[in-house]
Amino acid sequence: MSETKAIRRDLTNAPSCLKGEGVTRYFHTGKITTKAVDHVDFDFHEGELVSIVGESGSGKTTLSKMLLGLLKETDGKIYFQGKPRDISSRAKLKEYWSGIQAIFQDPFSSFNTFNKIDTVLLDCINMRGGKHLPMEKKTEMMTEACSFVNLKFAELTNKYPFELSGGQMQRLMIARIFLLKPKILLADEPTSMIDACSRATILDMLLQLRDEIGMTVIFITHDIGLAYYISDSIYIMEHGKFVESGPADEVILNPQAPYTKRLISDVPKIHEPWDLSTVG
Amino acid sequence: MSKTMLEVKGLTTKYVTRFHEDVYAVDHVSLKIEQGKSLGIAGESGCGKSTLALSLMGYYFPPLHYMSGDIIVDGKNISGMDPDDVRKNVLGTEIAYIPQAAMNALNPTRKIHKFIEDVILAHDPKANKKDIYEMAKGRFAELGLPLEALDKHAVELSGGMKQRVVIAISTILKPKVLIADEPSSALDVTSQKMVIKMLRDMMDRGFIQAMIFITHELPLLYNVTDDIMVMYAGQIVERGSAKQMVFDPVHPYSRGLMNSILVPEEGTRDVKLTAIPGTPPNLKRPPAGCRFAERCRYAQPACRYNQMPIIDFEDGRTYRCGISVPELREIYRKEDEANAAQPTEAPTDGPVRLTKGV
Amino acid sequence: MKNTLRQVFHSSKFVVGFVIFVAILVTMFVYPLINPGNPLEMIGVGTFARPGTYVSLYDATKTPTETFRLADADDKRLASQLSAEDRVAMVEWFTAAGIDVEGLDISDTDALLDMWRANYDASVKPKGMTNAKRNYYKRLNSAIEQVSAADTLIITDKDAETGELVEQGRVTKTDYVNVGQVTNVKTLPLGTDNFGRDVLKELVSAAGTSIVIGLLAGLVATLIGLTLGLLSGYVGGFVDDIIVFITNLFTVIPGFVLLILISYSIGQEQRGAAVVALVIGLTSWTWTCRSVRSQVISLRNRDHVNLSKLSGHSLVRIILTDILPYIASYVVMAFILQVSSGILAEAQLSLLGLGPKTTEVPTLGLMMNWAMLYSAHTNGSWWAYFPVILTITLISFSLNLMNTGLDQVFNPTLRD
Repeated sequence: MSETKAIRRDLTNAPSCLKGEGVTRYFHTGKITTKAVDHVDFDFHEGELVSIVGESGSGKTTLSKMLLGLLKETDGKIYFQGKPRDISSRAKLKEYWSGIQAIFQDPFSSFNTFNKIDTVLLDCINMRGGKHLPMEKKTEMMTEACSFVNLKFAELTNKYPFELSGGQMQRLMIARIFLLKPKILLADEPTSMIDACSRATILDMLLQLRDEIGMTVIFITHDIGLAYYISDSIYIMEHGKFVESGPADEVILNPQAPYTKRLISDVPKIHEPWDLSTVG
Repeated sequence: MSKTMLEVKGLTTKYVTRFHEDVYAVDHVSLKIEQGKSLGIAGESGCGKSTLALSLMGYYFPPLHYMSGDIIVDGKNISGMDPDDVRKNVLGTEIAYIPQAAMNALNPTRKIHKFIEDVILAHDPKANKKDIYEMAKGRFAELGLPLEALDKHAVELSGGMKQRVVIAISTILKPKVLIADEPSSALDVTSQKMVIKMLRDMMDRGFIQAMIFITHELPLLYNVTDDIMVMYAGQIVERGSAKQMVFDPVHPYSRGLMNSILVPEEGTRDVKLTAIPGTPPNLKRPPAGCRFAERCRYAQPACRYNQMPIIDFEDGRTYRCGISVPELREIYRKEDEANAAQPTEAPTDGPVRLTKGV
Repeated sequence: MKNTLRQVFHSSKFVVGFVIFVAILVTMFVYPLINPGNPLEMIGVGTFARPGTYVSLYDATKTPTETFRLADADDKRLASQLSAEDRVAMVEWFTAAGIDVEGLDISDTDALLDMWRANYDASVKPKGMTNAKRNYYKRLNSAIEQVSAADTLIITDKDAETGELVEQGRVTKTDYVNVGQVTNVKTLPLGTDNFGRDVLKELVSAAGTSIVIGLLAGLVATLIGLTLGLLSGYVGGFVDDIIVFITNLFTVIPGFVLLILISYSIGQEQRGAAVVALVIGLTSWTWTCRSVRSQVISLRNRDHVNLSKLSGHSLVRIILTDILPYIASYVVMAFILQVSSGILAEAQLSLLGLGPKTTEVPTLGLMMNWAMLYSAHTNGSWWAYFPVILTITLISFSLNLMNTGLDQVFNPTLRD
């Protein structure tokens, strides 16, 4: 097997990192109840790169907000590192957030445009308890984080986020994760607003985070080809439910659920013919 | 040799920003589409592909301005025409345009058949409403659209259905050329497939004679159009048949683009994903030489200063690069061999490769 | 920040508005230095003195004279003494006497007098003319002749002991005094108002008070609206429900009616300028609150706020650093509009007689109120109210212009 590609690993026996049982979220608008996430079970292992694939409206963003603790679940239980997750107080929530962090879809809205780039990175150092470190040490840490994402801190210091390109901003978001070193990284469509030719850089860095720091990466995407390319395992989501899950190769090359089958057949391909007769 | 449906010669258009700076978003673009053929335009965001679509209609309004060049639709030159004239005599009959958000353009208080009436009455004020309705019914039936949709309001239709209905409405007068700018990007994959199927169907039935399809999704383009053209920083950098462009790109930028294709099929995991470092040039001050030189790993000093002409190198294939085709192919062959033989460490600044297992 | 300011001052609309407003402010500060004194001092005994320069007649008679023989002096004197009614009456006489008045322009004093001197004859009795009317024409004729004749006014003084009149001086028609040499001269560019107060001085002071009232009202309204809007939008839930309820309550009751009722219940004696400003502010915060709330709701779901939460920042810090800067430009614009509407609200209230008490400071609204009470608009004393209207218009025009300019900078649209 050549090493110049994302290597899938079988981590079914690795310890559980984030686990959910019957996780549910309903939204009420007037008398209408929307089941955004409807009793989903999952088990993400340590060091695994999991993709949650779903089309718009499938509930993947709602699920990701629940995983992050930004949204309360209506029902169900979430286990963090084998223990039931407790985010009942601010202190506990803060503690939980030192273990899970996120990268969002739109780099342009992920930054507070009024804060300099240094502020973003210094904030991460402070969060990790480095508030009282000497400035030289902090600069050293920021430089290291920036060089991890192929950015030069010296060129970025005292700049504002809007002076960067979308790809650079997204890399800076990864630098933030590098400084925080959480157990779990939730990446919500991190490449969908980035040009195809910069995408590889971001993906490469996510893989490095997984490989070098041993992070569990939860990758949320609508692009099934991309999910197949980088994931160890894949969860397919439709209308708030997981219709299929398993190792990437099995789910994609040998789909069982009708929705997965349809999804895969409807995505245009390169080597296989794209059968237009399947739709009306 | 079949009839040329659309010919564009040296089309240049510009945007004027709020601060009165000129942005040359389409720079000397020339292309030709024959009857019954379709052309795909690919490129990253900001490369000028959507501006090209707007410019091709010949319908200019600020901040977009026409500078020079010819647009010839089926032998008729529409460039430099009065915008009102274009609206009356070109749009709908010669050229139809469908943007990504077309489906949101339908007035929610009117029924679908009313829009068709509007389109036909605008070109033939004497047309009988009953005839129009019958004709619309016939067209919907031929395209496989539900006839009930004609008597519905736009809000009652799903996104995919709305988009197909809009396409049917805008092509009701059988325009010669259809320009579709990301017509399916906002849809789910199944609706996208339906839209594509309908577009193909319309080509086969002759409702449209030629099509320009713009998208950033390369696998889609590969499956939809006969030819693919790659745009970079307002210029065409390469054109060829879909198969040639995907499996044998010549220009370094096209190659980078094609190497980023990921599809859910066997073999995808063996793809070597490469990134092109850097960002596209600022079109307010385009570089003097090759516009891609800044980011090109094969660039030679001369590339930065010499204007690159577009060169025909095979039948129907053109490219814009200072390095000859055999040389480029040799470079690519060696690269592929080296990659297959020996995994390389990811360089710190340059093309980054997905690497490393456990 | 610097960049934003530079952009703001690139907007021509903002600059024009800003210049007008600053000019008004500068006038407010500079004019009292040139013309100090209490703006409410009643200098005139009568009401509504016309704008102009007033020369003390007493001092003028004591001023050294020069003699000028000006050819048109008599004609001018006559022209100024012949009222419009007199002129019409003269034409009536001509018509009654059967004289052709075709082509006669009654504003042309020379032609009119020439015709009069050539044709008037007291013995002629035009048909149907009453005796009283004929006597009126006789008086008119002698008045015209007197003006034309050389005449001298004798100024006398009564001798305290003998009671005889003693000549003090003579004034002839050819005597002139230099205004600059007269001891007491008063220029009133805008005349006086009904109480005999210098309108310009009052106006400058009133504009200042009104702007202060506007600023105070705007500040109060913006602070309340901003605080409630931020809380309502960001915290959401129960807090949101309560704040929205209160806001709706205030919106449903027409603001101006509320304003009138509150002002009335406070009573004239307690209503200082500051109290009125406070009352205006307290009744006009609702729309700032509503729009801040809607902006915050859309900001709340932005990723940078989520990220800030994930970084463990506190509620106050998120509101201050991640929400407030994004709506700051909007709040500044809303504040400007609130100031403008505060000034107008004060004018409206005062016009109804519910403004600040009248004895302390003048405001633009009070000046309008006085002008209205003393019928300035019906007796032709335009100087008592027109400059006030113009000032209100200029202030709110400049503020609105600044607001539009800011809007163009902060919400640019691609298509101009």
